Amino acid sequence: MSEKTTSYYVPDSSPWPLLGSVGLFLIAIGGGNYLQQSTSKVANDGTMGGIVLTIGVLWMIGVMFMWWRDTIKESIGGLHSEQMDRSYRQGMLWFIFSEVMFFGAFFGAMFYARWLIVPWLGGEGTGAMTHELLWPDFQAMWPVTTTPDGRTTQAMGAWGLPMINTAILLTSSVTLSIAHHALLAGDRAKVLWAQGITIILALIFTGVQGYEYVHAYRDLGLTLEAGIYGSLFFLMTGFHGIHVVIGSLFLIVTFFRVLKRHHMDGNNFAWEAAAWYWHFVDVVWLFLFITVYWL
Amino acid sequence: MADHHEHHAPTGWRRWLLSTNHKDIGSLYLWFSFAMFLVGGLLAMVIRAELMYPGMQVVDPDFFNQMTTTHGLIMVFGAVMPAFVGLANWMIPLMIGAPDMALPRMNNWSFWILPAAFSILIGSVLMSAFGPGNPPAPNFGWTFYAPLSTTYGPASTDFFILSVHLMGISSIMGAINVIVTVMNMRAPGMTMMKMPLFVWTWLITAFLLIAVMPVLAGAVTMMLTDRHFGTSFFDAAGGGDPVLFQHIFWFFGHPEVYIMILPAFGVVSAIIPTFARKPLFGYASMVYATASIALLSFVVWAHHMFTVGMPLAGMLFFMYMTMLISVPTGVKVFNWVATMWRGSLTFELPMKWALAFVILFTIGGLSGLMLSITPADFQYHDSYFVVAHFHYVLVSGAIFSMFAAVYYWLPKWSGVMYDKFWGEVHFWSSLISVNLLFFPMHFVGLAGMPRRYADYALQFADYNWWISIGAFWFGISQLFLLWVLIKACFLKKGEKATDEVWEGAEGLEWTVPSPAPFHTFDTPPVVK
Ligand code: HEM
Ligand SMILES: [Cu+2]
Repeated sequence: MSEKTTSYYVPDSSPWPLLGSVGLFLIAIGGGNYLQQSTSKVANDGTMGGIVLTIGVLWMIGVMFMWWRDTIKESIGGLHSEQMDRSYRQGMLWFIFSEVMFFGAFFGAMFYARWLIVPWLGGEGTGAMTHELLWPDFQAMWPVTTTPDGRTTQAMGAWGLPMINTAILLTSSVTLSIAHHALLAGDRAKVLWAQGITIILALIFTGVQGYEYVHAYRDLGLTLEAGIYGSLFFLMTGFHGIHVVIGSLFLIVTFFRVLKRHHMDGNNFAWEAAAWYWHFVDVVWLFLFITVYWL
Repeated sequence: MADHHEHHAPTGWRRWLLSTNHKDIGSLYLWFSFAMFLVGGLLAMVIRAELMYPGMQVVDPDFFNQMTTTHGLIMVFGAVMPAFVGLANWMIPLMIGAPDMALPRMNNWSFWILPAAFSILIGSVLMSAFGPGNPPAPNFGWTFYAPLSTTYGPASTDFFILSVHLMGISSIMGAINVIVTVMNMRAPGMTMMKMPLFVWTWLITAFLLIAVMPVLAGAVTMMLTDRHFGTSFFDAAGGGDPVLFQHIFWFFGHPEVYIMILPAFGVVSAIIPTFARKPLFGYASMVYATASIALLSFVVWAHHMFTVGMPLAGMLFFMYMTMLISVPTGVKVFNWVATMWRGSLTFELPMKWALAFVILFTIGGLSGLMLSITPADFQYHDSYFVVAHFHYVLVSGAIFSMFAAVYYWLPKWSGVMYDKFWGEVHFWSSLISVNLLFFPMHFVGLAGMPRRYADYALQFADYNWWISIGAFWFGISQLFLLWVLIKACFLKKGEKATDEVWEGAEGLEWTVPSPAPFHTFDTPPVVK
């Protein structure tokens, strides 16, 4: 077991933050340029932007890899005091809180749309004249399967694939908890199989979600362009999906670290951070399932 | 110990570009924000040059709109917010006896994202002014309401959206760092209720930042998909609503204005006791007042949207909540005054700025109270009265408190006393000009002059001429500060500062040498 220092470890100067900013800069200018191809405002086919964007993304992956490699080295080199460990943990929790608020913006938008916008467009309350003058045929309903300007779609049902996906994700939380208990008990084999199952379930979830999107686009006419329901559906489940992918990668990394016999000595911040992140993703899904799919 | 870490200060470019030192990163933030203050100020000069006389003379209306937009954005996100983050970086570890910020590398990342974000934003202004074909910069106001920023936004809007994302990432990481530092790095004996009020106000500010910056990110993301991927968040034809944008924006925007003022409260609460030679009156009530302002700031946002057509119950709710928020604000002003009451006051420059803050901020608070009355706001909304209100709280509030902080802590940072003569010139010159600049805006606003127009009706001409004079004067006054800073920081000319600097000053930051050495509190001090 590595010896732990007592004084707070302040790392020497590091190139990764600066290079990380360069990466974000490339992503921003590349992405901004790439988007221009879909507007008529500028003559630009987006190739340049696409290239810069790709370089930026790869660059960021490289930076993250190197940066985390440094911290892992420090961690197994015993440079992290208990106080340092607490800093990382608290930092992670506040990061998750910021993610909660990001989803909060979309949930807020959804409830505002369901409870206020759509009824008003349907002529309720102060919306009577808007309804009368602009879209007299619009019927308030949720999901909005016919938009005020007449685009139609079908709603995504809750009890088919989404239901199965809910079960998958909930199960993965259970298996992850089993792994967690095993980690604390020092039972490495059990950590590996329970975490392995979690990762497999995570991948299945992503696969099913991808299939569901294809189904939505091909069979239901439910697209990003299908009005407010499609907008909310795809952005909410889409951002959730991105978080699932990130969480899966995080779990995969800590899985390999357990294989390399890290984390088993109580020095397990990264493992637990990945687990917290996964539970967070899970809870968001529950809210999504209830509010976006079901009700 | 086998693996002994020599703590020597790195030098040259590595010191500044690759820093993990809270003082160096703090200095970077402060200089960055000062640079943005001058850039944003330059844009304001263009605005005031156009408005000096009625009719169109300097720029065309679209460029004028780009000026108001980017002036606001640069000042809010580039000048005021980073200034306070810089102050937090420098002072929080010193005030709580910590060796550094809790997450030093992330700290540097937070900083270096800002030049990336602002080179994009400023780049679009430069392109608009000098680039081939003059493609317009963002021109929809700093509040970037849909559909101006979605359907009608220029191509630069996409770059703007991505740069807002970068600013958000930077702020969130900075805020996480502050919270973790305060919660986890306090010296033994430094209990929460012993922390200097500046630390408290920043702790609460950081919470607000983490809570609302992601919401802003959500808003710009919806804008982006509305612009390019066919979504209908802000488009009523698809079942969305442009008003939804305003709700999301102001859910971020109102806490944002407190993000810009709470640290200012902390600064003033540090300075007034020093120069009154009395402890702060009502410390605990200050803490609770700050916390209640922060909580209430989540439920007042729609006072920015009274005229948008909300249900009556909504308007009443937001009106009363807004009025309620003045109560803890009033508690603070009362406490500052009570601190001075029967103190042995002296009026060194930091104190002068702090006093100017208390008086002028209160004027801004009172005009805010007028605006919070819904039926009255129907008249005042989108007029120069609102411009007067928020410039009183932001310029003679937040920015004056920054000046106070700079004069107060500069000797600790640089090791030398600031140039008193040019400091006095800076103060009096700014104080007079800022009122000449913003006070008449109340009158033209009440008389009906709308904001964000490049031209105005003839009856507003006289006042606007004086306002522009005040603006140029205030702008030039800031060059005195530049000189004071250069002299203290680079030329190192001036009276050598003692450790304590100010006779009545209390707090851990005054126990370390001036200038503060590269590393402080490697072994934590014990606080009794
Ligand atoms: C006593 C507390 C305050 C009250 C009651 C108050 C109230 C208001 C109201 C009702 C408005 C909307 C006016 C309109 O657009 O018609 C407003 C605007 C504004 N306030 Fe305040 N305010 C207060 C303090 C502050 C503080 C401390 C700051 C910042 C440091 C601030 C910054 C702003 C800004 C930037 C705007 C204008 C936003 C825009 O439309 O561009 N206010 N305030
Ligand atoms: Cu407000």
